[in-house]
Amino acid sequence: MTLQTISIKSRLINNPLIKKVEWTPVNIVTAIILVMGFFLTIARFFGGLGTVTNLDDNNPWGVWIGFDLLCGVALAAGGYVTSSACYIFGLKRFHSAVRPAILTAFLGYALVAFALNYDVGRPWRLPYPVFYSPGTSSLLFEVGLCVFLYLNVLFIEFTPAAFEWLGLKKIRSFVVGLTMILTIFGVVLSTLHQSSLGALFLIAPSKLHPLWYSGYLPVYFFISSMFAGMSMVIFEGSLAHKYLHHKMDDTHLSESDGVVLGFSKAASFVMMGYLGIKLIGLAIDNNWHHLFTGWGLWFLFELIGFVAIPAFMYAVAARDKNVKFARIASVFAVLGIILNRLNISLIAFNWHLPSSQRYFPSWMEIATSVFIVTLGIVVYRFITAYMPILYEHSDYKHDNSNQNANSHDD
Amino acid sequence: MEHIFYTLQDFMVHTKGITYLIMGGLLIALPLFWLFLTGRDEKNKTF
Repeated sequence: MTLQTISIKSRLINNPLIKKVEWTPVNIVTAIILVMGFFLTIARFFGGLGTVTNLDDNNPWGVWIGFDLLCGVALAAGGYVTSSACYIFGLKRFHSAVRPAILTAFLGYALVAFALNYDVGRPWRLPYPVFYSPGTSSLLFEVGLCVFLYLNVLFIEFTPAAFEWLGLKKIRSFVVGLTMILTIFGVVLSTLHQSSLGALFLIAPSKLHPLWYSGYLPVYFFISSMFAGMSMVIFEGSLAHKYLHHKMDDTHLSESDGVVLGFSKAASFVMMGYLGIKLIGLAIDNNWHHLFTGWGLWFLFELIGFVAIPAFMYAVAARDKNVKFARIASVFAVLGIILNRLNISLIAFNWHLPSSQRYFPSWMEIATSVFIVTLGIVVYRFITAYMPILYEHSDYKHDNSNQNANSHDD
Repeated sequence: MEHIFYTLQDFMVHTKGITYLIMGGLLIALPLFWLFLTGRDEKNKTF
């Protein structure tokens, strides 16, 4: 080892920032993923799509759209679901879940926009569809506009936590005053773009398998986003309890079981309704005969294994007040949403093509998706470590307790 | 074996008929599921 190498090594080890990072196995793996993602980003933006993806003319949308965008948007629905439950329906017992849900939603949408750059390229042109040449007859324009506006709404909804951290009391109280209007705006925008993402596939009846294709696709996407959001709040809450328990205050700890059980009950009923409309979709298009094929088994696997069974598990958990069972159900429900979105965008898409022409993502596409998810987790950990997300800031406890007392009087 | 429909009228009568039967079933099943879901909740009198 040369003297120069030793000097660089010692400088790195003595760097205050690096010294502060605990080099646990999880952190080392995270660092490797982030470094790999950095090189993949360079490869994608300097080498083009062909360098890192298996996309072609038959399959222009790959795992970056199917997973990062469709699953990301669906699983980020916890933001509008939780804030509307708390502020519009007045269920203040879910108040402690609002900030974590808003943060997850904000990071989810931010990463959707970030991931979209990998797929469409030329990031400096991302504002074009909204500001420069809006294609108002296109569903993609509607999705783009809604995601752009909703990302801003989520950012503003998230800022009170940052302002509390920075000690900016005046601007914090101004933004808190906007909560109701932002929540309403968020629900409207989510209704529009969650359904429009499903509507994008209405243009491809000959490509998407009939069991997944339906005129009701926008309705399916919107309804499924509701229980996806609720399941994600439960799932993310259980992870936060396991790894960030020390960050939570008494209010969060005491309310968390109520949030899990309340969302379990709601998710269970919505999932059963979703099953009902899926059955109606089958009947309207007379697709029963497809159920007795291999694709039918796969469809039933998704519908029974990842919708009906988690719905029943949620129901049992809500009846028996079994929080652990609800958390297990949330894992199945989240996996079910991912499976559904991947089925529609990738697996059952171009189903009639010979296997040689079917799309399978390259390892670099999957690694880029892993990189983006890891980036989200790192930012989440940073924000929860410094900002009052899982606890109430001591200066504002009075505000929140007054708010809760008023809601109980109602 | 897949049933052959000779007219759109036949197709609509068949599919709408089954859809209405399912909707009737759901109208019964969903309230029953709600009762199962809330069966052990504390009853709050609102009157």
